[in-house]
Amino acid sequence: MVTYIIRRLIWAVVMLSIVSIITFAIFFLVPRLAGATSESLAARYVGRTASAEQVKVAAEKLGFNDPLIVQYGRFAKGIVAGADYDYGPGVEHCPAPCFGYSFLTRLPVWPDLLDRLPVTMSLAFGAAVIWVIAGVATGVLSALRRGSLFDRAAMGVALAGVSLPIFFTGIVSLVVFSYGHPFRITAPGGSFTPIEENPAMWAYNLILPWITLAFLYAAGYARLTRAGMLETMNEEYIRTARAKGLNERVVVVKHGLRGALTPILTIFGLDLGLLLGGAVLTESTYSLPGMGKYAIDAITNQDLPKVMGVTLVAAFFVVFANLIVDLLYAVVDPRVRLG
Amino acid sequence: MSFLELKDLRIHFPTDDGLVKSVDGLSFTLERGRTLGIVGESGSGKSVTSLGILGLHKGGRARISGEIWLDGEELVGASQEHVRTLRGKKMAMIFQDPLSAMHPFYTVGDQIIEAYRIHNDVSKKVARKHAIDMLGRVGIPQPARRVDSYPHEFSGGMRQRAMIAMALSCDPELLIADEPTTALDVTVQAQILDLMRDLQRDFDAALIVITHDLGVVAELSDDILVMYGGKCVEYGTSDDIFERPEHPYTWGLLGSMPRLDREPTERLMPIKGSPPSLINVPSGCAFHPRCAFEERTAGLAKVEVPELRETEGGHLVRCHLPAERRRAIWRNEIKPNLEAS
Ligand SMILES: Nc1ncnc2c1ncn2[C@@H]1O[C@H](COP(=O)(O)OP(=O)(O)OP(=O)(O)O)[C@@H](O)[C@H]1O
Ligand code: SF4
Ligand SMILES: [Mg+2]
Repeated sequence: MVTYIIRRLIWAVVMLSIVSIITFAIFFLVPRLAGATSESLAARYVGRTASAEQVKVAAEKLGFNDPLIVQYGRFAKGIVAGADYDYGPGVEHCPAPCFGYSFLTRLPVWPDLLDRLPVTMSLAFGAAVIWVIAGVATGVLSALRRGSLFDRAAMGVALAGVSLPIFFTGIVSLVVFSYGHPFRITAPGGSFTPIEENPAMWAYNLILPWITLAFLYAAGYARLTRAGMLETMNEEYIRTARAKGLNERVVVVKHGLRGALTPILTIFGLDLGLLLGGAVLTESTYSLPGMGKYAIDAITNQDLPKVMGVTLVAAFFVVFANLIVDLLYAVVDPRVRLG
Repeated sequence: MSFLELKDLRIHFPTDDGLVKSVDGLSFTLERGRTLGIVGESGSGKSVTSLGILGLHKGGRARISGEIWLDGEELVGASQEHVRTLRGKKMAMIFQDPLSAMHPFYTVGDQIIEAYRIHNDVSKKVARKHAIDMLGRVGIPQPARRVDSYPHEFSGGMRQRAMIAMALSCDPELLIADEPTTALDVTVQAQILDLMRDLQRDFDAALIVITHDLGVVAELSDDILVMYGGKCVEYGTSDDIFERPEHPYTWGLLGSMPRLDREPTERLMPIKGSPPSLINVPSGCAFHPRCAFEERTAGLAKVEVPELRETEGGHLVRCHLPAERRRAIWRNEIKPNLEAS
């Protein structure tokens, strides 16, 4: 077990390194393919007013003329140990983990990401609680009343949930829940209050994005849970549980749902990992200053260091989530042998 | 009154293809401390009967009629909730394939503890001790250690022992074993049968053993009920069925019975034809399309359902042939044949 965990941890680090190499290579090559030179990249740091000579010096000092591999080494070292940026006027120190300097603001990327993370986490975890409860409960009830009106209605809505794009459901719920009418339940978005400042405001500002996002995911979870429950409730161990004299609620939850949990948990880990890298569409629709919005803004401004930073953090969450899911497998299903 | 009495039990399932008459007018009685073997081919309604006694069809699609009396209480008309409180406590069941009948995600101990605590208001610790005791009683070595194993960590025979421990954990008065040894290999089968015989003596429960293998009931049963197409076709003591069988279907079962004292390949005379449809049950005697003696009833078997009649001393047979003829056929045509082969 312990060796398995260590092996998985090493593997996760290897994965992250590979991802970072690929990401770095892409962000190194793509601008150059599009015609950028080391001078034009350096110019974005020193500003348009600088002379050609200053730009040339800055490009040299920033190391933009070095080969790809050397530049990657510097970047990776920055993440681990911090780095110094020297683009002409002075040297700036960027403490570890250093994901580079923004072209635009000339500020390190990492503190920005740290600012954005609580927004995305609040959004993701809050929505996750809603979608897991709503999705699993709907799925269980649908399976138990297969073919009933409830089942058909729920699965119809779920189908809409998985097929409708989020900006559509987002805008509809914006209109329905917040704009201008007396029954609105929330602010129209655009503001975020940290939970430690004011939990009520935090929730109030997030409830609409939560619902929008949760609706999308709950739909898939309801379908997955329903399918799993239809299968496990036909298992012989369910008959055994009933033959013991257990009441039906315990049979359904402790024996049926428990048996259907493995795939739900797997998908949940992966969904959450992906979402922690930024719920791009939801954050844009509601103008929430999270990782997703940050990524979109960075792309719009062609601020490569920011894009790279946010990509790597997102990759970290995905790899991390995979690791957790793999470890949980053995906990959830004792038949899985780790080794 | 008998400890267990079924009166004209019918369990029918409405399906898209028609009404499936899985159990169609079954009656029998069973006393404490006695063992009844129910024998029949696949699909004859054995499992549906046993699940019906436990009340496990309630709330489903099944249409149930008739009466089930257990220790003076009628169960067909009783509420679902009431029958639930009897399940596991007053009557318990052992299933065919313990690997799929036990939950793969809980330890064997947890599953026994759960069964015990449903009906006994005790702490987890006490229940755990009881679970270890039970595992020891069914012959599992090192029960204190094995109690924390998962079902997949047990061998097939051990799993069935654990299943038996679970069923017996609340000291039930009626135990139903549905094909308890079918999933096991031959040597383990014998051990499990021995165990069940010993335990039944200890627990003084009424035991129903369901099987398609006459060899299994020969080991255990006081009485035997032969089922065909949801109906009882012959009922009697173990001696009646093995020494004086009178129904052509029973003869067929005896002929197809593998015996330990013979080479398994030497002679097996399977009953020709296939089990009857339970939706369009053959007219008259349900066995007539497969029966070698059908023409000796002068066409009666094709049109009229034979009654289950007593031939002598509690031995019941459902066949149009007169008792004398049946005995003569057994004596002159069947028995010598079975012995010769
Ligand atoms: N819930 C149900 N709905 C419809 N038909 C059913 C249902 N349960 C059982 N049956 C049918 O009832 C018949 C009898 O089934 P049962 O399981 O009692 O047979 P069995 O004698 O136990 O056979 P086996 O030796 O294969 O276990 C079968 O034809 C089966 O298809
Ligand atoms: S009634 Fe006729 S067909 Fe049916 S078992 Fe007897 S002899 Fe065979
Ligand atoms: Mg069966």
